[in-house]
Amino acid sequence: MQPKTHDTKHHPAHEAHHEPGFWSKYVFSTDHKVIGVQYGVTALFFLLFGYGLMALMRWQIAYPNQPIPVFGGLLQGVLGDAASGGVMSADLYNAFGAMHGTIMVFLAIVPLAFGAFGNLIVPLQIGAPDMTFPRINMVSYQCYVVGGVIMLVSFIVPGGAAQAGWTSYSPLATIIPTNGQTYWLVGMIFLITSSLLGAVNFLATIIQLRAPGMNWMRLPFFVWAQFVTGFLLLLAFPPLEAAGVMQLMDKVLGTSFFLPTGLAVSGEFANISGGGSPLLWQHLFWFLGHPEVYVLILPAMGIVCEVIANNTRKPIWGYKSLVYSSLLIGFLSFIVWAHHMYLTGMGTKISTFFQTTTMIISIPSVIILTCFFISLWGGSIRFNTPMLFALAFRPMFGIGGLTGLPLGFNASDILLHDTYYVIAHFHYVVAPGTIFALFAGIYYWYPKVTGRMMNEALGKIHFWFSLIFMNLVFAPMFVQGMAGMLRRMSDGGAQYSSAVIGADAIGGLSDAIMKMNINVSAAAWLLGLAQIPFIINFFWSIKGGKKVTSDNPWDATTLEWQTPTPPPHGNFTKEPEVHRGPYEYSVPGHEKDFTPQTEK
Amino acid sequence: MEKLLGIPVLASEHGQRVDDLIVYVHWLMAALFVGWLLYFIYVLIRFRKSRSPKADYTGAKSHASTYIEGAVALVEGVLLIGIAVPVWAKLADKFPSEKEAVVVKVSAQQFAWNFRYPGPDGVFGRQDIKLVSSENPFGIDPEDPAGKDDFQTLNEMRVPLDKPVIVHITSKDVIHSFKIIALRVTQDAIPGLMIPTHFKVKQGGRYQINCAQLCGNGHASMAGGFLIAESQEKYDEWIASKAGGDSATSFE
Repeated sequence: MQPKTHDTKHHPAHEAHHEPGFWSKYVFSTDHKVIGVQYGVTALFFLLFGYGLMALMRWQIAYPNQPIPVFGGLLQGVLGDAASGGVMSADLYNAFGAMHGTIMVFLAIVPLAFGAFGNLIVPLQIGAPDMTFPRINMVSYQCYVVGGVIMLVSFIVPGGAAQAGWTSYSPLATIIPTNGQTYWLVGMIFLITSSLLGAVNFLATIIQLRAPGMNWMRLPFFVWAQFVTGFLLLLAFPPLEAAGVMQLMDKVLGTSFFLPTGLAVSGEFANISGGGSPLLWQHLFWFLGHPEVYVLILPAMGIVCEVIANNTRKPIWGYKSLVYSSLLIGFLSFIVWAHHMYLTGMGTKISTFFQTTTMIISIPSVIILTCFFISLWGGSIRFNTPMLFALAFRPMFGIGGLTGLPLGFNASDILLHDTYYVIAHFHYVVAPGTIFALFAGIYYWYPKVTGRMMNEALGKIHFWFSLIFMNLVFAPMFVQGMAGMLRRMSDGGAQYSSAVIGADAIGGLSDAIMKMNINVSAAAWLLGLAQIPFIINFFWSIKGGKKVTSDNPWDATTLEWQTPTPPPHGNFTKEPEVHRGPYEYSVPGHEKDFTPQTEK
Repeated sequence: MEKLLGIPVLASEHGQRVDDLIVYVHWLMAALFVGWLLYFIYVLIRFRKSRSPKADYTGAKSHASTYIEGAVALVEGVLLIGIAVPVWAKLADKFPSEKEAVVVKVSAQQFAWNFRYPGPDGVFGRQDIKLVSSENPFGIDPEDPAGKDDFQTLNEMRVPLDKPVIVHITSKDVIHSFKIIALRVTQDAIPGLMIPTHFKVKQGGRYQINCAQLCGNGHASMAGGFLIAESQEKYDEWIASKAGGDSATSFE
């Protein structure tokens, strides 16, 4: 690999020779910032799309088998019999459920947290002119788009999109009669390839392209978070990619990696060779699946950390604890996966191992959250929109993290496994947790990318309504789950309700629990409306936002604010030299309340 | 706390420890969350810009957080060693003897539950994978005399009260999960594996059997299965009535 001096010398000359045209500037760009924006916009589209699937499912949950108003006809027009009469069939519900999970995780949040923010901010924060491998970076984005298109196309193939959940458990995923499942696997292979290419690039960039003086303990925590995330993706995804290929072979070539002997589907003996193991798929899936949780959460913590330091005007409390905790989380996240599988018939020794590691991994998470809380002490807190989202992240992620405890103990998992309690738990982590952090990041770094601020009033409206409705959506699910309402029911659990099975039967869902479905659905739709101010703000501010008066509108310390706005190709006008840690706010004896990393 | 959490009615012997654990963990969660929240609100008011115009470079000097983290780890350790592991060890390893227990084989299918009983003799007929065919998916050996009084039911499982029950759970097609909420029983039904679990019902009644694993488009309507817990006499009568007659009850 060439040293970075090569790039800084090369790029200005390169630009002077020929100005890139539209296609090479905006579509086939190798500039990390353009790729970051491409990732960001595409991922936000998928975030909205994934929300839309859920919004339609919530109708079916609240009012089972009644035609969906407004959108029902449209669904029937596009998807045909699966939505006949505008009613969502069980097949369609399962398809939307599987695709909601897949899209939110692999096409929306990871690309936004890692692809968009990582690409945009990491090279800037470490003082690099670009990523180490700009072309690989471009290919990574293209693989992601191809994967996304395949997933979208799968909705209209015969049989509809994948219907075996985002976890795609065999044998269901293999025997389900739709080609959508095959599309899902092919799409996943592209998405995984995209993430692997991205991960290699991030690791190489962070290791190789740090500016002079930017030693490891001067890295902003956001970069550390992306660094650990890169390792997680690099090491956890290959097993799933292999497993995906194996399941694809089961599906199209007649192998039986995950299919046991003696399978009898709807009374017919399945025509398979057999001898495979359904549990093998689960192990391979969750070996990715659990580190993936931290892929979702670590970049979010990184963003929150940047925003807190900036808006408390003081250093982050316990920077080293944050770094070591995130490394520990990264390591431990590879040995907790089977806590998703306690009820597959696990023996005492194995389950003791996995619940012990699960309890241990909760400690560094608590440490990180505690550092964020203590960082507020002694600050001078500014309540702007990015800060509001970053502040709300903490109690929300706190709820998500804490409710992981009763699921992490195998004995209490017996009751709670596969109930709405689980849904509420991981959504608190990812929705008002990670997504709030991502919003904080968008409001915070928007002026660096566009040169204009987003509107504060719209931002605050967006924040408060999102906060209220997020909680009205997910908090009742804890109650429903504790009462025994199970996940993935295409009628919202109606056939398990006391009203249907009879009041004498023990274990039916009460009317009060069933009625919550309606409230939750209403809150979910209002949550969607609460995003309108954000969408308006996001697009309107590109041209209509208040222009920034300096390159450093938040008075921040890290390197991305030392570049011109927006940063040109090659980022820095002269190579930055780093002299101090990332969060030198309110340094005693200094006139200003922030001391940039480049200052001696 | 139990009422506050809305933990559903409990009717099995081991379930009490499960519920205890849920309650204790929620106490820990509540303590942490309320503590964090109070601190959070206080700090946001105390250190807002208008009241605290100049930030303090050092920030908090207390080491209270270290002790809190230590305490959390300790409580988690106690719950792990004190409840979670022993409860699991009992469920996974300490099976009652098959002689004193009622033994039932459960086979899930899309979208119903099959139950296979050994009949009055308490012995299952021989099963052999070589005999498996589409007419005989369980590979039951028709020659074995022990199997003469075996019988099968669809969606109806009966057990006597206060007696250990052992269930061997499998599936014919895809993964299902055998869940009876009031009994605090959940066990995945996985094709190719026969997984045992056990419980003891303390209260008579008709219990809903849930399928707790997505198993296809009829997953939501796989709600036809019930477990009926009744007195030993009634249970014996039922066994006798089933075993005498229609031993070829279809489970398709």
